[in-house]
Amino acid sequence: MIKNIKFIIIILFSLFIFFIFLKGLEKPNNYLPEKTSSKIETNLSAKKLYDQKEVLLGELINNNNFSIINIWASWCLPCRDEHVYLLNLKKTNSINVIGINYKDKKSNAVEFLKDFGNPYSEVLTDPDGTKSIELGAFGIPETYLVNNKNKEIIKKYIGPLNDVKFKEILKIIKNEKN
Amino acid sequence: MKKIKFILYIFSFTLIFLNSLKAENFDQVDKISKNLRCLICQGQSVYDSQSDFALSMKILIQKKINQGKSENEIYDFLKNKYGDWIVYDPELNKNTFLLWVIPLILFVFGGILIIRKVSIK
Repeated sequence: MIKNIKFIIIILFSLFIFFIFLKGLEKPNNYLPEKTSSKIETNLSAKKLYDQKEVLLGELINNNNFSIINIWASWCLPCRDEHVYLLNLKKTNSINVIGINYKDKKSNAVEFLKDFGNPYSEVLTDPDGTKSIELGAFGIPETYLVNNKNKEIIKKYIGPLNDVKFKEILKIIKNEKN
Repeated sequence: MKKIKFILYIFSFTLIFLNSLKAENFDQVDKISKNLRCLICQGQSVYDSQSDFALSMKILIQKKINQGKSENEIYDFLKNKYGDWIVYDPELNKNTFLLWVIPLILFVFGGILIIRKVSIK
């Protein structure tokens, strides 16, 4: 009898622990900073992908209302999924889409843009990943929505764009315009 | 023969000298990156991690040091971008005030309890 009770207690206890760990698995453990500077790094200089000329990021986010800064690479699979959204964002003419090519080979990047279409008005290169860190990036893909007038980041999207995020971007732009 | 020996000496000394110059620089990067949390890995510092994020971070720290930035300036820059969480050693400010003060209060409180118990006996 006592043996039985012990056995049942052990089983219950293991089940209890099992479910705690199971719950723990579901818990999102992505860290997002709460209070960070929302100003974009305008004096960040990087080389362009196509002609290798140095350019300041501040110069690129000038002549339109909003900019999208998208960090991508040809080796990154989720970047392929979000590419169609970037192409659609380009069609709304109030946005400059600027790409930052993260730790990539030039030939691969060019081919990627040839295959999937080029949504970017300008592509900058980041061969050692330091430019992305200066922008405050965690990994790729990552997308920032920037207000060109006050050079502030309105929203950071970590991970690939999807329908929800795409609609949100359009909504934000519509609201800020009015 | 002597000449060759002499040249060899000079050569090895310059090599050691250059090496130590480089090493000092690396020490600084190591020191800073040990105090930075690798945000995309779990329970690792930037120093320990081999993730893309951490590798780039180390290059950036080296670049900032070469630009003549001090350790604190680098921390401030990164805190500005990633939040206070990135630094292991939390600063004393409004948000972390309790974090620093509670252990001190507990310590004093415990001390008082012990003294009282001993003096009663």
